[in-house]
Amino acid sequence: MNDLDPRPVYMDHAATTFMKPEVIAAMAPYFSEHFGNPSSLYRFAAESRQGVETARRQVAAAIGANPGEINFCAGGSEADNWAIKGVALANRERGNHIVTSAIEHHAVLHTCEWLERQGFSVTYLPVDEFGRVDPADVEEAITDRTTLVSVMAANNEIGTIQPVAEIGRVAHDHGVLFHTDAVQAVGAVPIDVERMEIDLLSLSGHKFYGPKGAGALYIREGTRIESLIHGGGQERGRRAGTENVPGIVGFGRAIELATADIEGHNRCIAAMRDRLVRGILASIPDTRVNGHPKERLANNANFSFRYVEGESILLLLDAHGICASTGSACSSGSSEPSHVLLAIGLPHEEAHGSLRLTLGDANTEDDVDYVLEVLPEVIGRLRKISPLTPSCARIPEVD
Amino acid sequence: MYTEKVITEFTNPQYVGELADADGVGEVGSPTCGDIMRIYLKVEEDRIVDARFQTFGCAAAIASSSMATRMIRDLSLSEAWDLSNADVVDALGGLPAGKVHCSVLARDAVRAAINDYRTRRGLEPWEAGPCECCGGAGCGSHPENG
Repeated sequence: MNDLDPRPVYMDHAATTFMKPEVIAAMAPYFSEHFGNPSSLYRFAAESRQGVETARRQVAAAIGANPGEINFCAGGSEADNWAIKGVALANRERGNHIVTSAIEHHAVLHTCEWLERQGFSVTYLPVDEFGRVDPADVEEAITDRTTLVSVMAANNEIGTIQPVAEIGRVAHDHGVLFHTDAVQAVGAVPIDVERMEIDLLSLSGHKFYGPKGAGALYIREGTRIESLIHGGGQERGRRAGTENVPGIVGFGRAIELATADIEGHNRCIAAMRDRLVRGILASIPDTRVNGHPKERLANNANFSFRYVEGESILLLLDAHGICASTGSACSSGSSEPSHVLLAIGLPHEEAHGSLRLTLGDANTEDDVDYVLEVLPEVIGRLRKISPLTPSCARIPEVD
Repeated sequence: MYTEKVITEFTNPQYVGELADADGVGEVGSPTCGDIMRIYLKVEEDRIVDARFQTFGCAAAIASSSMATRMIRDLSLSEAWDLSNADVVDALGGLPAGKVHCSVLARDAVRAAINDYRTRRGLEPWEAGPCECCGGAGCGSHPENG
């Protein structure tokens, strides 16, 4: 759209982030001078090996684990698949039941559905109107056949932070393993696997200014788990495949940066996010904020704009150079809108009209101003087109 | 994902809004599936002299209904009835596979408006033949037909 302001305002950091220059700088030598295979015996490969082991220590330190409990893999989806399939298969003599929530990422939900087709049974816990899982529901769902509880640390769409420590305690009280998908939480929620009683935790580098294709699964020492990828003896025989050395090095540096000052970082991002939310609520009637008012990721804002559909909001924002996301089905080609928005009780038409804005380190107050200028006009245009809009919800046009 | 024509039609829809004195109004879709289209017709001597639309839906739904109102203006009612979803798709320079149902909805909204006009005049509504996109085999675009 040449006639419109082409400035790119990126507010989709829950989808992915840019890479920080420090991260790129840390990775660079591992593409060229330190290209050796960490498994090779000659001294030349030692640099690669050391790069991987430094990253392992960095990741372990960020979540309160021991380096030997960090297992690198290709990203969050692999980590989730590994945790759930690996624990289910390794413990099937003890039981065949998994407890999870209705608002997990598809990497968890589709994995659980696959296990159901293999004869396992899965309980999908409901959430409240803010997207929180009740630890009492977890306790009630656990049976003597349950081997795993998997509840995400923070939701990717609405940003709701779960009572992870309480859920971990409930799982352990019943001798059940606890996995949490912390892909969205790391860098925003302080994670301590000991205090939170976490046995398995999924991580993904590109959500906190690290590289794509690099992730990790924390596996508590002594946890019974099968491997997902079979082959060579990498990752102490747990995950075959030559290590993505530059990716792992960048992942380690990125998590170190992301967890250095979580509180200070959150304060800064939340101030911008709160101004954005206030401004949108003040200028656009019939708008609902989805997610928890307090227990939410500092960078996440999720709205439902009544009478309009999410994909059309996104495309008009895109025409103004704003990158955002929606839970509307029309953006994904399916007929059901976001399972998360339906699970918190939104009617279909409001679930179709959702918009997710997730801020990040490069956003400025100017970006917030720009979105506050553009968004009311975009919603106003679409409401003018919509047959559902009552006259009181029309936004006066400014010429 | 979308052609330039779809984006242009979506960002600059021409015939938006309600016709207060419409001779026929057709509405299709539901909030549940995320698309509602309403088409208003003004008819003089069996000819569509004005057509407007209101749509709740994605960019493809808005572009399809906008294009349909553009295409049926100045057509006779039977010519407008014969507007196919493929005509709408062609005029938009193509639609992604998952969005073809939007063009079917636009055609259905036109037909619903024509039949509303006919019913108001005490005429028998016209029968829709088998869907040209699936020949009645089920293309997933007609939830009302199962």
